Order: sequence, then C-alpha cells, then structure tokens
Amino acid sequence: MFRPHLKKINFKRCSKIIFLTAALSSVFSGAFYSTKSAAIEITGSSEIEITAYASDGQFQGQDYRYNTSFAITPEFFWEWKSGDITLVVTPFVRVDENDDERSHSDLREFDFTYVNDVWEFHVGVGKVFWGVTEFNHLVDIVNQTDSVESFDGEEKLGQPMLSISRLTDWGIIDGFVLVGFRERSFAGEGGRLRGDIVVDESDARFENDREEKAIDFALRWSHSLDVFDVGVYWFSGTDRAPILEPSFINGALGLIPFYEEIDQIGIDAQATVDSWLLKFEGLHQQSARDEYLASQLGFEYTFYGLARSATDIGLLLEYGWDERGIDSNAIAQNDIYLGARLALNDSENSALLVGASYDSDFYTRSFLIEASRRINDRWTMSIEGLVFQKSNSNDPAAALNDDDRLQLTLERFF
Amino acid sequence: MFTKVGKKFVIGGFVSVITLIILQASADDFSGDPVKKGLQIAEKIKARDRGWNDSQTTLKMVLKNAAGQTSSRELRAKALEVQDDGDKSLNIFDHPRDIKGTAFLSFSHAIGSDDQWLYLPALKRVKRIASRNKSGPFVGSEFAYEDLASFEIEKYTYTFLREERCKGGTCFVIEQVPVDKYSGYTRLLNWVDNTQYRSWKTEFYDRRNSLLKTLTVVDYKQYLDKYWRATGMSMVNHQSKKTTDLLWSNYEFKTGLSAKDFNKNTLKRAK
Repeated sequence: MFRPHLKKINFKRCSKIIFLTAALSSVFSGAFYSTKSAAIEITGSSEIEITAYASDGQFQGQDYRYNTSFAITPEFFWEWKSGDITLVVTPFVRVDENDDERSHSDLREFDFTYVNDVWEFHVGVGKVFWGVTEFNHLVDIVNQTDSVESFDGEEKLGQPMLSISRLTDWGIIDGFVLVGFRERSFAGEGGRLRGDIVVDESDARFENDREEKAIDFALRWSHSLDVFDVGVYWFSGTDRAPILEPSFINGALGLIPFYEEIDQIGIDAQATVDSWLLKFEGLHQQSARDEYLASQLGFEYTFYGLARSATDIGLLLEYGWDERGIDSNAIAQNDIYLGARLALNDSENSALLVGASYDSDFYTRSFLIEASRRINDRWTMSIEGLVFQKSNSNDPAAALNDDDRLQLTLERFF
Repeated sequence: MFTKVGKKFVIGGFVSVITLIILQASADDFSGDPVKKGLQIAEKIKARDRGWNDSQTTLKMVLKNAAGQTSSRELRAKALEVQDDGDKSLNIFDHPRDIKGTAFLSFSHAIGSDDQWLYLPALKRVKRIASRNKSGPFVGSEFAYEDLASFEIEKYTYTFLREERCKGGTCFVIEQVPVDKYSGYTRLLNWVDNTQYRSWKTEFYDRRNSLLKTLTVVDYKQYLDKYWRATGMSMVNHQSKKTTDLLWSNYEFKTGLSAKDFNKNTLKRAK
C-alpha cells in the first residue's frame, strides 16, 4: 500500500532559516563579488497545483473536494576558483489553500562545497539520496521526508551537515556528521491523505536528550564494478521514521511522534544487464526496543523501440518486506508493487507511469497514474491520479478510502 | 601508405562515427580486396586521432519537426580519451530549463555494453541506466545513442565501395555493418575524403534496410594543428521528416582532465 505519511512542520523555525538564508546570501554575494571572481546564477521553478478529490474526506477538516497550491523553489549558485568552491542556496516555499501544515517553507540546500582531485567537502544544509528501487526508498536515510509535499515520499527536508568524500581506486567513501535533527512534516487538520487523528508535531518526543540538536553519524562505501553498482552504509543516530503514539493533548486525542535512537546497516545493489535492472535494498536496524531486518527488491525490464517507434516500455516489479510484519511502522511490510513506465522519447519528453500496489497482509490495493510532458522551453505539465481500493478498517490505509484524487501540476522554470 | 588517420564522430563529448580527423595524407597503398581496404581505412582513421587526451566543448542541438517547429537543447560536454577501449564522457544539460543540471556519465567500450549513469538533480539521485538502448533517440533528437558513442574499429565490419566526388573533395565510400545485435541499423554508408580523412556524409539504413537518416557535415575546424572537429552537422530523418542540427563552440583540448573527473562524484556535482 502506498501508506499515508502523516505529518506536520515547524513553520516558525523554517521562517528563521529562510531569513538566515537571505541574510547569508547577501553577505556572501557582497563578500565575493568584490573579488570579481564569483559568478552567480539564479535559476529555479515555481508551480501551481490543482487537485480534485472524488469526494469530501472522512474526517473533520476535510470537507472540500478541490484544492489549489502554489510553490516556488529558487536556486542561487555561486562559484569561485573555476568551480573548486561552490555555494548552492535553495529555499522552498509552499502555500496551500486548505492545509495549514502544508503551507510551509524549508531551506532545501545551503551547500558550501570544496573539491580537489580526490576529496570533496560539504558544509551547510544538503540533500543526499541513497538507493536503487522505485516504489519505496527503504535505505535512504540522511534527509527527513517532507511528507506533506508528495504522496510518494520523495520530497525531502534540508539536512544540516558536514560531509567529506574521498575517491579511491576501490570506490567512493563518504563520511557524514549530521548536525541537528529534522522532524518529519505531517498533514494538518485541513490536509487530505492522512489518518483520522492529526499528528501533533509540537509535542514530539525523543529518545535522545538533545532532541532536535542531536548529532548523527553516517559512513558509506559505494562502488561500480562491471555490471554492478553497490553501496553499504552504517548510520547511527535518530531514526527518521517516528513511532506515532496516541495521546491526549489538552483533552483532545492526538498522535505524538516518538523518535528512537538507532544503529542501522544498509545495502543497496543493482545489476544492469542488457534490458534488465535487478535491484536490492536491505537494512538491519537496532534500537532499544527492537531489532529487525527489512528489504525492498525487484527488477525493471525495458522493451525498447516498441513497434519500430521510439517508444520504450519498462515493466517494474518490486516486493517490500519487513520482519516486524503488521506491527511495522514502515510503508511496506509485505507489499507487492507493479508498474509500467512508458517513455515516448519525443522532444516533449512525454512519459507515463502506471503503478499498483497490493498489501498482502491487509489485502488493500492502490493505483497510481502519472503523466508528464514538456509544454515549451519554460513550462512542463504533469497529471497524477491516485485511487485507493476501499479497504477493511484494520489497515491504516482505510483512512484514505475517500481520498481518490486527480492532480494537475503546471511548473514554470526560470 | 597513409599514416595516422584519425576518425572520430564527436558529438558534444560523445565521440562517434561522424567527425573525421586527419593529420596528414600521402599516397596510400590499399589492398585490392574491398573488405581489407575498408578495414585499412578505418584503422588508419582511428590511429590518426590518437593523443587528443581530453576535450571540452559546448553543444547546441536544434530539433525541427515536420511542421517546422523548433526546440533546442544545450549541453556542455567533457570527454576523455581511453587507450584500447571506448572513451569516457560527461555531458551536462543547460537547456531546456526543466532538464538543467541533468547529467550523463558514460564509459563506452569497444566490445559489449557501455556503462551509463544518469544524474537527476531534483532528487539528487544517480541512476545506472541500461545501455542496451543503443538505437533509442538521444533527448528526443534524431541522433540515436549509438550515433553519439565513441568510434571504435571493433564496432563495425567494413567494405570499401568506391571513390567519388564529395563536399570534401574526393571521398572513399565505405559501408559499415554494425557488429552489435542491438544496433538500430543494418548498415551505414560513410563518405570519407581521401586527403584529410574527414567524414562528410553518412547514410543510416534501418533494420529493414531502407534509408532512415542522412547526416551531413557543415564544415571542419582543426585544433592543435592536428585534430579536425566538425563545427556543425545536420541529421535528416527521411521517414519522420524531422531534422536535428548540431553546433559546437568553445572546443578545448588537453584541458587537464583525467579519469578522476569521470565518476559518480563528478556526475553529482556537475552544475
């Protein structure tokens, strides 16, 4: 099941970050412009998103069928010493018609990079992706999920960090000191695709006494050998996925996120052979109260040049498993995913993705369709449809029974 | 004999069967056997282009459909010469804006599949992609991936057909049959001038052996007094009536790039 990532965000803190960004940006640009060696480039995109739901939602605050939202993501880029030193600053702001928690801002990146032949250093706020599978990003752990942003969980919050990367003959070694913890964002009362009880982020609890000031560590080795691409990492710190605990807050029932301390080993591997991509992600996680294994594995097979055209069709099959079974707070614990990806390979970059998921513990199904196309040099459009099979009330996904929707996004690049 | 004939089809940082590079030409002793002569021409073309080490350039692609509507692509291309194997390349898109920052890393091989990685900047994700897709279009253009891959002798079998007048003077016309079963072509006809050994025209025949595309070179420019590179070229698809024009600018050679500049880290920070 594409499970609801229930959520909320700290707007006040984000505003501070944005202000800081603006202030620092002007400081940097001022400082380095005087040297005449800095080149600044301002790009980015803004989008308008219109969503139509098949019906009103089940819960209080969800009595609407249309929602409009606007977001902007500018990117400021400086470079010095012919690219050896760079700074990328990427703030993000969204305004949402109905969900106060989805109206939020974040500093996606504030990434100072220094590189030489074999070393790479980063300081600031960054974004890192690990993994190979498509339907679930099991081993991707550095950045917190900005779950109000998208249903697929692919949007991430900026993570403050120091990192170092070293290129060797036997792969790439990355070391991270993650300075400060970002809480997951959760939909507010006016948000759709959430559970019946709203998550109250302001009372989040932490196993680590330093709470949001916790410092986490990660070390990763990755390498490409022949047809194989492999990565292995160790992570120690606060788990990105909270346990949601029911609690009475001022007399009303709410969910309080509880963030555990974990040690995690993760592996991602892909074999690329002819038209086959064979993918595996696996992890072992240990916390004070639990120890478990989980994996996401599958393949993608592509038929190229269908019927003598330029069109490709890729077929995807993945299986997600979690040792904890139905007690798991994971997105997939015994779930099967099927997908087909159609790429027209035309000058408009037209593509279509159809996906279905089946939870073999709860017998629930959901369907996804995504179509995207370039309109011209400045604009793209995409349409996303989500359909949830009416499921039994034991599955948390039953909360989404009335949330079938169609979403149109127009994005303008500048 | 003619020495050190180097032939490369360079598209951006992709080195391929399209540009012909030449050092010098003298009276050539070719075998009378057309198959041997075809191979001799190819070998000398390849040998001639050795030693450029690395290059950087910017490439503009103009795509035109049958109705005359155009759209453009701009990319920066870095290439590294690899002895005894295919070359390495890193290509970074600047335009259109929705794919700005998207980058391709490719390790081409003389025999077997190339290794290719794609970087998606929005997700910060590096994806290893299947390189079986040789005949597929590159970013919606009339150039297939295989048209843009580094030229290696082992990729084709050759037959010398004839000599005739061409844009570059007098050309050898050689037929090239792809060895790879996944190629989109049954054969290519290549017009190579007999003094500077540059390709002026290539015809591509599809799996049904009917003429699919014709590539013509606008002109050549010589770099480092040695290496010839096309300044522009045009690919016409006779079946779809679409065309793609390529224009290169700011070519630089021996810029100090090494294997350390072609890996997943440099792919990720390609801006």
